[in-house]
Amino acid sequence: MRKLINSLVLIGIFFFSTNSFSYNSDPKIFIAELVTDATKTLGDKSISRADKAKKIESIALENVDIDAISKYTLGTIRKTLDQDTLKKYKELFKKYFLKSLTSRLTDYSEQKFEVLSAEQKTETTTIVTSRIVKSSSQPELIVEWRIYTKNPMKPLIRDLRVEGLSIARTQKEEFSSILNSNNNDINILFSKLEEYIKN
Amino acid sequence: MTFKKSIILITTCLLLLGSNLSAESEKECFEKVSRGFFKFNKGFDKVILRPIASSYNKLPEPIKKGTGNFTSNIATLLTVPNHVLQGNWRLAGESSASFLINSTVGVLGFANPAAKMGLKNQQEDVGQTLGAYGFGAGCYYVLPILGPTTLRDSVGLIADTLVDPFARVTLREKELLSISGSDVDYYSVRGATAVDFRADNMTNLDSLEKNSIDMYAAMKSLYLQNKAKKINNTFSSEDDDDWSEFNK
Repeated sequence: MRKLINSLVLIGIFFFSTNSFSYNSDPKIFIAELVTDATKTLGDKSISRADKAKKIESIALENVDIDAISKYTLGTIRKTLDQDTLKKYKELFKKYFLKSLTSRLTDYSEQKFEVLSAEQKTETTTIVTSRIVKSSSQPELIVEWRIYTKNPMKPLIRDLRVEGLSIARTQKEEFSSILNSNNNDINILFSKLEEYIKN
Repeated sequence: MTFKKSIILITTCLLLLGSNLSAESEKECFEKVSRGFFKFNKGFDKVILRPIASSYNKLPEPIKKGTGNFTSNIATLLTVPNHVLQGNWRLAGESSASFLINSTVGVLGFANPAAKMGLKNQQEDVGQTLGAYGFGAGCYYVLPILGPTTLRDSVGLIADTLVDPFARVTLREKELLSISGSDVDYYSVRGATAVDFRADNMTNLDSLEKNSIDMYAAMKSLYLQNKAKKINNTFSSEDDDDWSEFNK
């Protein structure tokens, strides 16, 4: 019996440690480790496409501040929504975000990536600067990562700025355009997100 | 300057001054028409520009690099007067030196020895100069083939052909200081610049198209962010305050 319990504990420890593998808390090392892990996963030919997506999603769920990004991208309209609608939006956004993140990372997975520096902007924000090395279909790109460090032991990614252009802001303005063109009808945004998730 | 040109210039200035100086450029001039032109441009890209850019990407790297350097060197001719107009004397000096070195040592600009010497060549145009003077962007719209723009940048685009020595020689005077050129030269360089840009951004644009739920709005946002950072001569267009309410 004791052996069985020990085995179960060991299995439990194994699963716990592999599923919640956490990266270094230093923002610069955090980004380097995370990108290495993600690109290694995407480039691993022994893993199926579905498993790759699952692994990337678990990395994102653990290390990206999806909740803050979802609120940021919705803009001020979120303050006028009731709790149920906001909850539905957050759920849809999470699915949309994870799918688009996996797709974007796949597009860039063959590029060489280097972390260059880190600068603490405020008490809760550090910007990590990295570089995607030039290739035949891609110029050299400077990518800045906005890291939220309120809990210094658990840094979270909030935005990526590619050559100074914010992905979160672009997303926010995309959502805003859809809402503005449709009398701020959130259901139209929901259907657009659902359509993306489905395809 | 002829009477007609003066009227155009005055009208343009009044239009720009009339536009919001705080640059509320998310305002559209005629969104439905712009979306139509955007669709047309996507078709043009799919049928003509992208296939050419794909073939161009298969060329040997030195040819691609040389073409990029050549078009970029010619663009420096427009950059220099704009640095001067903005009072950026150091950058004007660096760009002039870059042009002279690349045009001579760099064999008509096909090589870029100036960059190895640490000379920066940050590109400027009249639209950016107007922005630096405080003119608001005005409303946003899309032009056929030319793509996203604003009222200010459209004025800048026309003014570019007056300020740019290359455009003056090729499009306007045909001969200046014993240098001659034709419309074909001008549009060939413009075309090569477009193909080089498209080829260089194959992954970026494909990824953007695949992952946008409203690509028109995404392109608009990227265009306006890019213009803002170029006008302010900063690397990032983002305001840190954007996130402050989520830091609690």
